[in-house]
Amino acid sequence: MSDVIDRPILAEEVAAQSRLRIIDCDVHPSIRAHADIEQFLPKRWQEHLRTYGSHLRTPYIGTTPYPRSSPLIARRDAWPPTGGPPGSDLDFMRKQHLDPLDIEYGILQVLDLFIFSQQNLEFGAAIQRAINDWQLAFWSDRDPRLKASILAGQDDTTFAIAEIERCAKIGRYVQINVCPRANEPLGRRRYWPIYARAQELGLPLGIHVGGYGGHAPTGGGWPSYYVEEHQSNAHTMAAQLTSLVLEGVPERFPNLKIVFIEGGFGWIPSATWRMDRHFDAFRSEVPHLKRRPSEYVKQQFWFTTQPIDEPDEAKHLRSLIEWVGADRLLFSSDYPHWDFDDPRYAFKTPLTETERRKIFNGNARALYKL
Amino acid sequence: MARHIVARTSDIPLGGNKVFGVEGRDIVVFHVNGEFFALLNRCPHEGAPLEKAACVARLTSPEPGVYQRSRVGELLRCPWHGWEFDMRNGQSYFDPKRVKVRSYPVAVESGEELQKGPYVAETFPVRVEDSYVIVEV
Repeated sequence: MSDVIDRPILAEEVAAQSRLRIIDCDVHPSIRAHADIEQFLPKRWQEHLRTYGSHLRTPYIGTTPYPRSSPLIARRDAWPPTGGPPGSDLDFMRKQHLDPLDIEYGILQVLDLFIFSQQNLEFGAAIQRAINDWQLAFWSDRDPRLKASILAGQDDTTFAIAEIERCAKIGRYVQINVCPRANEPLGRRRYWPIYARAQELGLPLGIHVGGYGGHAPTGGGWPSYYVEEHQSNAHTMAAQLTSLVLEGVPERFPNLKIVFIEGGFGWIPSATWRMDRHFDAFRSEVPHLKRRPSEYVKQQFWFTTQPIDEPDEAKHLRSLIEWVGADRLLFSSDYPHWDFDDPRYAFKTPLTETERRKIFNGNARALYKL
Repeated sequence: MARHIVARTSDIPLGGNKVFGVEGRDIVVFHVNGEFFALLNRCPHEGAPLEKAACVARLTSPEPGVYQRSRVGELLRCPWHGWEFDMRNGQSYFDPKRVKVRSYPVAVESGEELQKGPYVAETFPVRVEDSYVIVEV
């Protein structure tokens, strides 16, 4: 009996001589204490944070709805020995994650303080701005491997554009992150000014799962269980991919690059096959599209790998990777969350050397210009 | 297979665990309800350290609205993905045929007994008045 789930080893995997460093496209830093973020918040909003706190677009009051599988949705071994929440201690992150796994770059994704779920858009904007500054001061400045993303909640489009401009001038961010569950589907024209600016600046648009929209997270309504809600991340991503493509965002912004983060990739083939089939039938409804939906997906969208799909037969994962395309996939770990993927063991099917180089490093290097 | 004395029974607190290096392997020994169980300190799924696992009860539901808790503290929930394993034999609950953690036989013996047999003492001299945890690897 082996100590890990067996899979066959390809001859070329054994023969691979050169070291492959890893670019991890989903690393979650967290705020150790409110005081850390307050220095970046105007007094007016510091007081608001203390007096009123979060007011969210969700039926669950003031908190995540229930403990999610483990405290702070974290790996149980990710609590820093120095105290503070998982992901809040850079030294511990280096020791537990960046160094042993030889992470060349980690792309930061901040979820603290319900960044994109504040119903008070001005307060949300103040928090996003503070976190954008905090990412540089607390992370990128201290470890050049860690790359920040510009948080820009798109429902206050004017603020989002202003914040993108401000951060782009600083010039140390690799991506613009928007909310996966905005007030309207992401393809809607009210959001296009953000896409136009992202294209002009040459910054990919990152969409990380989670947050609370004003709508039920599934087409069937509100989930009863965490396991059910977790499934809805993929539904949300599929709905947003459909909206962006069919509303014509990639057609209108041919140089815009869009990254779907933490939605996995098992759902992509059926979503694109179905879109193509319907497009063939209903082309006259969307004459603004010049190509089949799948072509836009294959040229302008990227998908991070975690949480990796684990079919019972490893060969089916092989087929999935071929259907989606190794060019479209970016390795991500989701450190320090409970559904973390370890780059050494997450893929239960052999990858060719070319695929490994693309998925674990090359695709992200080119996309984020690292 | 050799028998290794890894600890005094009093070294591993009730409800806790301790990791020992035995023959080049990291082996985690759990102390539950007065019994000791030894497993490889590594989840077969993605390699998570099982020393950080939650020790939980088995929860079953024979029909909707009816719940039964049993074997309190004898199941491991992996610290990463929450896969559950039986401490007694390392078997997983969701796929017992294919997925298991390697487990090792454990015995508790008195210092007096230990004076007699061919054992590998790891780190300390054996005293007659104590009890010891023996792992067979």
